[in-house]
Amino acid sequence: MVNLIAYFYHQTSDLATMAQFNLSINGKQRQVDVDPNTPLLWVLRDHLNLLGTKYGCGVAMCGACTVHLNGIAMRSCTLPVSAVGNQEVTTIEGLSEKGDHPIQKAWLEIDVPQCGYCQAGQIMSAAALLKANPNPSDEEIESAMNGNICRCATYTRIKKAIKKAATY
Amino acid sequence: MKLFKTSIGRRSFMKTSVMAGGGFMLSFSWLASCISDPEKVLEMPKEWFELNGYLKIGDNGVITIISPNPEIGQNVKTSMPMIVADELDADWESVIVEQGPLNTDIFTRQLAGGSQSIRQGWQSLRMAGATARRMLREAAAKAWQVSVDEVTTEAGKLLHKGSGKSASYGEMASAASKITVPAEVELKSIEEFKIIGTPRKNVDGLGIITGKPLFGLDYTREGMLIAMIVHPPAFGKKLKSVDDSNARSLPGIKDIFTFKTYNEDYPRQWSDTSSFTELVAVVGNSTWEVMNAKKALKLEWEAFEEHTIIEESDVEEGTPITIQGGLESSDKHAELIAKYVAEPGRIARKDGDPEAAFKQATKVIERQYYTPFHPHNTLEPLNFFAHVTSEKAELVGPIQTPEYMEKTVSARLGLPLEKIDIQMTRAGGGFGRKLYGHFLVEAAVISQKMNAPVKLIYTREDDMTTGVYSPAFHALYRAALDENNNLIGFHVKAGGIPDSPLYANRFPAGAVENYLAESWSINTNISTGAFRAPRSNFIASAEQSFLDEVAEAAGKDPIDFRLELFERAKTNPVGDRNDYDAKRYAGVLELVKEKAKWTDSKPGVHRGVAAYYCHNSYVAQIVDLEMQNGKPVIQKVHCAADCGIVVNPLAATNLIEGGTVDGIGHAMYSSGMTFSEGKPDHNNFNTYRLIRHSEAPKAIDVYFVENDIDPTGLGEPPFPPVMGALANALYKATNKRFYNQPYLG
Ligand code: FES
Ligand code: FES
Repeated sequence: MVNLIAYFYHQTSDLATMAQFNLSINGKQRQVDVDPNTPLLWVLRDHLNLLGTKYGCGVAMCGACTVHLNGIAMRSCTLPVSAVGNQEVTTIEGLSEKGDHPIQKAWLEIDVPQCGYCQAGQIMSAAALLKANPNPSDEEIESAMNGNICRCATYTRIKKAIKKAATY
Repeated sequence: MKLFKTSIGRRSFMKTSVMAGGGFMLSFSWLASCISDPEKVLEMPKEWFELNGYLKIGDNGVITIISPNPEIGQNVKTSMPMIVADELDADWESVIVEQGPLNTDIFTRQLAGGSQSIRQGWQSLRMAGATARRMLREAAAKAWQVSVDEVTTEAGKLLHKGSGKSASYGEMASAASKITVPAEVELKSIEEFKIIGTPRKNVDGLGIITGKPLFGLDYTREGMLIAMIVHPPAFGKKLKSVDDSNARSLPGIKDIFTFKTYNEDYPRQWSDTSSFTELVAVVGNSTWEVMNAKKALKLEWEAFEEHTIIEESDVEEGTPITIQGGLESSDKHAELIAKYVAEPGRIARKDGDPEAAFKQATKVIERQYYTPFHPHNTLEPLNFFAHVTSEKAELVGPIQTPEYMEKTVSARLGLPLEKIDIQMTRAGGGFGRKLYGHFLVEAAVISQKMNAPVKLIYTREDDMTTGVYSPAFHALYRAALDENNNLIGFHVKAGGIPDSPLYANRFPAGAVENYLAESWSINTNISTGAFRAPRSNFIASAEQSFLDEVAEAAGKDPIDFRLELFERAKTNPVGDRNDYDAKRYAGVLELVKEKAKWTDSKPGVHRGVAAYYCHNSYVAQIVDLEMQNGKPVIQKVHCAADCGIVVNPLAATNLIEGGTVDGIGHAMYSSGMTFSEGKPDHNNFNTYRLIRHSEAPKAIDVYFVENDIDPTGLGEPPFPPVMGALANALYKATNKRFYNQPYLG
């Protein structure tokens, strides 16, 4: 569903005139002057120097760019900045102050990452899952996380860490 | 205790001030601290004292250890410093790890490939720690006026039992830095290890989970421009014309131009593999603007004719290599393969009289296996930062072969080697792709042209369609059984586009009286390269599937069948060129058999087994699989590994888990790359399948063979055998054999 909406916005983009956007990101008001079709991912990375959100595919198929929009996991690579409006954006940098969100703590405890590139996206998806469902079953974890590819294949550890975080 | 000459990487042990990059590195690398509790903070010292190229000790006892090799997810940035820290007898919680820059004066083999970092770094890393420890002890002995032999160490402290004197490493660091580097040094015995062999968490863990800019793609610099490239849409094509009139006028675009990655007469090194060397560069202010300008370009392409390029060789000017013309397609490839399979191959090894054995045989089993080309698909797409001026070239990004690429860049830019500075970021995956550093050269050329700092970014589409794939492979196997079901003859004929996956001297060579190994290869203009356990990945899956079928035909348990062959190879080997240790090979099989309780059967659970040896380590796996709604669900994979001493069991287990899931993914799901008229049929993850959460095994158990053998790597060895174990489990579940990858294609 999420991706369909994003896809729709993507298709209707063609004019490249600049516009100003007031965004609420990690609890702060940020202003950018960009082409309204610019995906939120590149606004974060290129204009706001928030580099934790990653680029992996640009077509909502890998989950590396996952952020929260009003607490819901969303792929920022296909979400035009013009569609964000006044919704609250949370990126990996804003998930917790000191890296101590339960998901982050569990990630450290289980020592999940290999190359680490996908992990910000995995963590954002997992955090949104736990918020909506504090005690997910294996199947629920699998279906909520299926959009996040880990090329290093740390899937078994990710599942362990999510279950661990649910116990905190 | 044995004394070792400090000869390895001799220059590493001279005290130099070439701890290059120090301040510069810190500007972008998140402090990689070894404290596992994020609440604790290390205080920085006022002064650092360098004891050798690998380490410096602060006046307060904080120790910086330089990790020399590229970190691509194999966790060397934690494991290599662990080895130094152990010999130094440091307190791991006082250690900070810094990624070393390319520096061939200090470090040996700064390369991530072949699972060799730990194996080849082992001795020099130990030496670095032990030398510094010796210098600290000598400094303490001098200060306390006692014999150095009486000064002991423990977790960052120096002690003298007789006088009860003690000092921290920090207190002695200044004095130690003035001690002459010893010519010989004692290394610990294995029982004395305190850090090696214990689970230690990823030193970049906190940085990763909080989204710190650790990766090449995250690198930024004041005034930096963004560059992208456009390459031909098909292999066999080259640029004909460029109309950039629309693209140029788009907002944020600085320049559009064509350029060549290599000079015509430049002899390319192995790491310079690249199909598309004339490219269009688009440079602008931001990623999105550059992406849009790329789409607005009007480019014409044309097929190229057969031509030659120069490759590095024994002669200085290099050797011309022919690149064939033509637009290749996968159906054409299939026809060619069939033709080569039908003809005799190049004989790589022959033992006994295989022809006679097959004539005498009661049963002959013949099977064929295939896997397509594969793109590496590192999740971080190719990228590199470059800032080239007439004075120097600064390059920062993810690269597995900095030492080689330094030479290429030097030749391309016309700058001497000492003016090339390569810094390695964490790489968001390597798998072999980032051995081939054309993207680094491209970034440098673009920066030179723009006279500005530039970050080159490949889109996923650029990354997936630019080549350097794992080759397409094929293998034909034949086995001859006598009336007692003994394996009396074995024949493998393996080939590929463009390389053969054959390893003629690997198992079962040496275990069968009459043995024939042949290879063949087909030319292509599609570029290929190493992909996680190159060649072994496919040949293991084929061979291990085939042996399962032979064991079945012989009426034997697949593990017992292999153990019998290893017994033969151990007691009475055929030939003397066998590239494996039959005892260690059998060892992992026996271990996995015991741990997985192989002989117990559970209703509904289908099991397959395989074992393989490559990159100096042995791995055996058992896959437990259930069918649910007609789909295979992997309940558990049991893995046994023999990689000698396990430096960091936590990381080693992670690597085995990852390699296992990756193997299952590539064998069962990954589309593989196919071609139509030279054009890759996939360019992104919407059609290219990679394994996902719901398809991963529900559990993975890992066991290590315990021994005292020097450690070997694990980045590659767990990847190949699981493909065979999976095929064998699928057979049990479906009664169908799987010969072509992807098994569920
Ligand atoms: S980059 Fe957004 S899903 Fe892949
Ligand atoms: S840890 Fe490398 S992609 Fe997930």
